[in-house]
Amino acid sequence: MLKILQKTISTGIVTANYPAEPAKISDRYRGRPSFDFDKWKDARPAAEVCPTGAISLSDKGDSRKVTVDYGLCVFCGLCAEASSDQAVRITREFELATPDRRNLVLTAEYTLNPDRTHRGLRKVDRASVNVETDVESLGKKARETIQKVLGRSLAIREVDAGSCNGCELEIVALNNPVHDIERFGIQFVASPRHADMLLVTGPVTRNMELALLKTHRAMAEPKVVVAVGACGISGGIFGENYASLGGVDKVLPVDVYIPGCPPRPQALLHGILLAVGRLAERLHNNRADFF
Amino acid sequence: MMTPSTSAIFEALRQKLGPQVQSVRADREDEVYVLLGDADVRPITEHLRREFGARLATVFAEDRRPVEGVFFNYYVFEQKGSAQYLIVQAPVRTDTLEFPSLSAELPAVNWQEREIQDWFGLKAVGHPNPRRVALHDNWPDVYPLRKDFPLETVLPPFEGERHIYRPAFGEGVLQVPVGPVHAGIIEPGHFNFAVAGEPILYLQLRMFYTHKGTEKLFEKIPLHKAVFLAESISGDSSFSHGTAFCQAIERAASMEVPLRGLVMRTILLELERICNHVADIGAIATDVGFVIAHAHASRLKETLVDLNEQMTGSRLLRGMVCIGGVRRGWDQAQLDTLRNTLDFFAAEFQELINLIDRSESTRDRLEQTGVLRPDKARDLGIVGVGGRASGVDLDVRRDHPYAAYSRYSFRVPVYEVGDVWHRMQVRIDEVNESIGIVRKAMTDDLQREFRVPMPTIPPDRCTVSAVEGWRGEIIHWIRTGPDNHLERCKIKDPSLNNWPALVEAVQGNIIADFPVINKSFNLSYSGTDR
Repeated sequence: MLKILQKTISTGIVTANYPAEPAKISDRYRGRPSFDFDKWKDARPAAEVCPTGAISLSDKGDSRKVTVDYGLCVFCGLCAEASSDQAVRITREFELATPDRRNLVLTAEYTLNPDRTHRGLRKVDRASVNVETDVESLGKKARETIQKVLGRSLAIREVDAGSCNGCELEIVALNNPVHDIERFGIQFVASPRHADMLLVTGPVTRNMELALLKTHRAMAEPKVVVAVGACGISGGIFGENYASLGGVDKVLPVDVYIPGCPPRPQALLHGILLAVGRLAERLHNNRADFF
Repeated sequence: MMTPSTSAIFEALRQKLGPQVQSVRADREDEVYVLLGDADVRPITEHLRREFGARLATVFAEDRRPVEGVFFNYYVFEQKGSAQYLIVQAPVRTDTLEFPSLSAELPAVNWQEREIQDWFGLKAVGHPNPRRVALHDNWPDVYPLRKDFPLETVLPPFEGERHIYRPAFGEGVLQVPVGPVHAGIIEPGHFNFAVAGEPILYLQLRMFYTHKGTEKLFEKIPLHKAVFLAESISGDSSFSHGTAFCQAIERAASMEVPLRGLVMRTILLELERICNHVADIGAIATDVGFVIAHAHASRLKETLVDLNEQMTGSRLLRGMVCIGGVRRGWDQAQLDTLRNTLDFFAAEFQELINLIDRSESTRDRLEQTGVLRPDKARDLGIVGVGGRASGVDLDVRRDHPYAAYSRYSFRVPVYEVGDVWHRMQVRIDEVNESIGIVRKAMTDDLQREFRVPMPTIPPDRCTVSAVEGWRGEIIHWIRTGPDNHLERCKIKDPSLNNWPALVEAVQGNIIADFPVINKSFNLSYSGTDR
């Protein structure tokens, strides 16, 4: 007993203070690839190597439309390696969660040279990832919401709808002493009846479709659904096939999407806090129904 | 099987089994193919097991109708003390679509034979329990791994029968259904317990909830993309599965990976092992209420995944292994981080183990809990940690050396007791051995190259590749196709063999001990279901 106490004291506090303080992450971390569209002379090499089709092209005559979908991205970094013009750069950004799937997609239109490289940039539609750029205040707001509106606790039910278990590992890491999600009053619960939020991973397999629907149905209103990882958002590398439906929103209405393969714990936390805001809105809007 | 020349093997088998043995060929010394004239593998299986003590590692099928007009079944054998794999290739007649089942004598292939039934529509004649396993009962009659079944097929809503679990009778006997959505944050599967009061009489498992068409998908996507699919077979074994896959391609193309690439793979494979083992040790502790040990273990795991990220840019070691070696080299700063983190970890890990060792109550809960007897473990073909705790002395790193393992000496811990405590002991010993391997590998003086470019892969090459993932034996078997694509990719995760061990180990234990017994095996659902 004394030894246990001694170890606890000598270890001290290891919990990180994200999002009140910036996340301490390795400078080698591969986060969001960023695209310098003016500089991009040829999107073909990047599109060719991308394992999930997150970067795709459609050529029509002398014009090319390039689509980048962070909802498909597995953050492998191949696009940056393949693009010799240095127009694709791997950043350390990870706070990519968004309530709108469209925010994860950006497009650029080019005029092409005869050799199919880019001549001129015609138009760019930028994805508005990082909708809530002020992550620190997001944390504060979420904490207040949980305190006041949700009676000091937010209950999450997690469902693996066919993931490779990578996302689960990072969700479990939210409970470790370093990330310690309970400091926000957030806890993972066993029963969907107790849950305010459904956190779903995986491309939704045909074999998990029914279980996912039933779990969602068992939750009381108001409830929010969060789709986790490339698979949860779009089917990821598995896509749509005879056994995979290709994303949570094929089956359920999704409130927040968290990109990543898997999203790191801080990215998950960011997405969950974002979803707390959605839940608060819903509570506010539907208040009359409850009282 | 030990004989080096294929003609000698052919003569010996021919003499024993007659004209059924059609040919023996080997493109590589450590991989011999025996072609049979028909689907009846019982005599050769009997012969190999009896005369050579051979173990049947995996069974799978391939649809070769478009090219050769038949389905083939493949039976991968290995023998103690030999690095050679012997693969029996048996044609299944296209008119009857039947092959004789081995499951009655070899329960180890029970699920794998049923997988062949479900995915290829071939019939395992004489199977003791031929029901659906890999496609659930409510699926229509489709055979997704046949060549004429398109991957993108959209099946209508399922209206078939639901799975009927075997009933349990008796006074006070109850059946407790659990899952597929579990209480914790884990993968989905259904457990049906028959209990008499607290003790478990019988456990029925229903897996394949996360079946997502992985093997079929491998036939569609080009090789360089397929590496990422291999990394997503089982998230916590990303590097092991990625390595197994890349190795298979490298063998098929006779590529020579530079030694530095092999050494780096070895280090990362061991980091993956350490990381998962320490998490499991913590999880076992928490399942018997020792949450402080769990807190320390998960803190240490977090240190290790940070290290993973420092070494590879990914907390799960993804995006690092590639066909031809590894994608990036390491600079001095990274090597320093590796050395320092490992030193810190080694000291902390010892303190964690001391905490657990000193806790009488923890020991009391874990000893004699969830016992898997050695004879049962052998019959069921259990591999990896669960096997080694029950006397099954297998380790691919030693038995079929790959990466740079032949350069380093290490001990393979084997116990006979087979309870939760000893499955934990195996992990503890392995963590210590792994630390030793990484330290030795770091001091290996190597040339700078860590990667060779991927050439065009020659078509129609078959090869088997094995890796000792942290759970146990991972096997990938491939047949290459044209344009850097695959014709077939069979994935055997150790979990596929090991689920029956859980069924065996929980019997007679109280239902409250199920979580800790399950955790002590910690099998991959996604690796099983693919």
